[in-house]
Amino acid sequence: MQMRDFVVRFAGEGGQGVVTSAEGLAQASTQVGYHALTYATFPSQILGGPTWTQARVSVDPILSAGDDVDVLVAFNREAYDSHREEVREGGLVIYNSNDFQLDGDDRSYGLPIDELARSTGNNRAANMVIMGALAHLVNMPQAYLEEFVEARFRRGRANDDEIIDSNNLALKLGRDETSQSGFVLGDLTPPEMPEYPQVMLKGNEAICLGALAAGLDFYVGYPISPATTILVFMERNLVGEGKFAYQVSSEIESITALLGGGYAGKKAMTATAGPGFSLMSEGLGLGWMAEIPLVVVDVQRGGPATGLPTKTEQSDLLACMYPAHGDVKLPVIAVGTVEECFHGAVKALNWAERYQGPVILMTEMALAERVQNIHRPDLSKVQPERRMVYDGSNGYNRYQGYEISPMPLPGSPGAYVANGSEHDEMGDTTHLPSRHVQMTERRFSKLKLLEENEYEAENADEPVVVMPWGGSKGPALEAYNQLREQGVPVGWYYTMLLSPLPPQMLEELKQKELVIVPELNYQGQFSGILRSQGVNAVSITQYTGLPFKVRDLVERITEMNNSHRKEMVRA
Amino acid sequence: MSKKNPEYDFKWCPGCGDFGVRRAIEFAMINRLEETGLPMENNVVVAGIGCSGNLVHLLEGQQPYGFHGIHGRTLPVAMGVKMARPELNVVVVAGDGDFLSIGGEHIGPQAARNLNICAVIMDNGVYGLTKGQSSPTTQLGTVTSSTPYGKIEAEADPLELYLTLGATFIASGFSGQPRELAKLINQGMDHEGFAMVHVQSPCTTYNDTYELMKGNARKGIEPLMYDIPEEHDVSDKGAAYNLVQQRGMPVGVIYKDETRPSLQQRLEEIKAKAPRRSVEELMDSFAF
Repeated sequence: MQMRDFVVRFAGEGGQGVVTSAEGLAQASTQVGYHALTYATFPSQILGGPTWTQARVSVDPILSAGDDVDVLVAFNREAYDSHREEVREGGLVIYNSNDFQLDGDDRSYGLPIDELARSTGNNRAANMVIMGALAHLVNMPQAYLEEFVEARFRRGRANDDEIIDSNNLALKLGRDETSQSGFVLGDLTPPEMPEYPQVMLKGNEAICLGALAAGLDFYVGYPISPATTILVFMERNLVGEGKFAYQVSSEIESITALLGGGYAGKKAMTATAGPGFSLMSEGLGLGWMAEIPLVVVDVQRGGPATGLPTKTEQSDLLACMYPAHGDVKLPVIAVGTVEECFHGAVKALNWAERYQGPVILMTEMALAERVQNIHRPDLSKVQPERRMVYDGSNGYNRYQGYEISPMPLPGSPGAYVANGSEHDEMGDTTHLPSRHVQMTERRFSKLKLLEENEYEAENADEPVVVMPWGGSKGPALEAYNQLREQGVPVGWYYTMLLSPLPPQMLEELKQKELVIVPELNYQGQFSGILRSQGVNAVSITQYTGLPFKVRDLVERITEMNNSHRKEMVRA
Repeated sequence: MSKKNPEYDFKWCPGCGDFGVRRAIEFAMINRLEETGLPMENNVVVAGIGCSGNLVHLLEGQQPYGFHGIHGRTLPVAMGVKMARPELNVVVVAGDGDFLSIGGEHIGPQAARNLNICAVIMDNGVYGLTKGQSSPTTQLGTVTSSTPYGKIEAEADPLELYLTLGATFIASGFSGQPRELAKLINQGMDHEGFAMVHVQSPCTTYNDTYELMKGNARKGIEPLMYDIPEEHDVSDKGAAYNLVQQRGMPVGVIYKDETRPSLQQRLEEIKAKAPRRSVEELMDSFAF
């Protein structure tokens, strides 16, 4: 049987190599021209605790983590028990027979993973044993894997050959053992190496690279899952003249230090998750009020308060758009793919400079830790923007007028008070009604500078369209493609720019009979926003802490489309 | 503001200590301007919320940059400004409520970092702008609008707190002596590290401590204030503890540690060793 695609789930204890196995499989596959994507969940502890990671390998570009598991690699009994039912009909279980024995499951076989690895003389080759086994199951040529081993372990060390030999031996042992089991899944179609240059990135890494490409100067942050990797990356890599990366003592320090950095002229950013974002509320209001450019990345996790720190959800949208008391509405960009993580970060920094205020970049757990091969972003096409800077003499009124005005920077003429109290044109506190009117209108008028018609539309003449946001883009697009193949008449809309929405897109959406919004929250936050702007939008919600399955979306979109059509006929 | 602004309607009460602190900060900035030749706009005054925070709008003459943000957060804002632009002279002005109560969590980390700024704390022992509630430095037993039967918490000892948390420059001053206070502030500005200038700045409306500070011979009231003896060794932490634990309000420099590098100095040292990779090179490391 030909296969274009297969999904492997690795499940076990934290520290057993669950993540490295999945990422290794993804790297090995992309090395020879396949596409790969991983989906990870972590236990909230350092070592131990149940964990699993899923890798999907395909001949075609990948949109989602995959609904069904073809192969489950169970490192222990608990992993087998928790994940067995996710394995599709006709799928297989490989269990670590050095850890436990299994009777009565005729779609399983034991692989003595530890023993085989030890016999190569390299205890760290366990994931190569597994990869050899998987390669046999999908009939992937051994040469592909050896190519990967060569690329990964040839580092100019004296013992390179020894390491490479032991890894190749591990591959072979895993393969031979599996061949004796008699199981096969099919023949994976040979890959077609993409013609464009590629990089293999996690979502959070792509955000970091995008921010650096846009000219980030100043990063402060506080550790919080799943945003910590951004702080760690910046501490290591945001170095050099005029650059600053630093861990502070709370998210209140993050946002207020960011305000100081942005005020002093730097392109400043932090990344956090729900609880930290809540602490930034007052500071974000100050950024809006005093007109200070800065970017906050919200890597969403599940639930209010501490919630589900290691699960995914899209439930911070209202908090991001309206983070503070008083009349505030912040610009929001939400990314949906690893590639968009890069471009979204560039845009967020540019927006902050352009409108002189805080911008929220939303991403989510499932994207943050996802490893995926993407088209290498072309850095020569990145166009960093810089705020309008005042370069006149003293006596300037920084907040004059009803629209944006050049910003003076400390050290140069044009001294003013950046003020979080309502202020006059010089920045002095005032309570005059006319002044509050002027300044409120001034702050909102600047949002117009961010109106851009960047959105995706396909089959845009259909009266019913699907429009996800953020990380639900992948599964929704896969579902949409399947629906079109089945002849279901639905269109497609998507944008990263959630606030302000692309004006042209909004006009088009208002003409639709129904806009179906798949989103991972209980309230249907984005559809509510669309309805408030005159769009007949209805959500498909899910709040399990997990991403959508394509199958569920196909079913629910079909249902909504059918009942909508029946209603139209009755009307 | 350099000239009278009819829109700005805030006023300190007659006799408020904050007038003197404002004068002292003006003197200190002018002194610095004359010493360094750097323009006034090289100074950034980061103000807290409360009567004291309004100082940033009430400065006369040549204007520095100002930041009048949110309650309690002067220190991290000042860190942002200073680490973004180390060449700027960053001065924090905050009241005892702003700095020690809602903002108290920031003192320890900034002392540990030895952030190179000068913080001027205007202590009047009361929340004045909200009309007279108890603050961390209000004396035990004092009746205020929020402690109608008397304050029941021990009062904070800010000078001892700064010493314990590791501030590397600690001075104590009085708003009624703006010239002398300016000298302390200038020393704080010149100090390469976290400088605290704690100022008794009485509130004539809710907590008038002028008599307590200066004494009143006619009524037989001994002054709390006294000048720190010349023989006091400012580099001796033990001596500094002895000083702040005695009764009375010492005026002058209490402690100064010039051996610890500032946050910025440490950062420069560390980052000089870090490999510098361009975005293109970083991107290469993910290519395959």
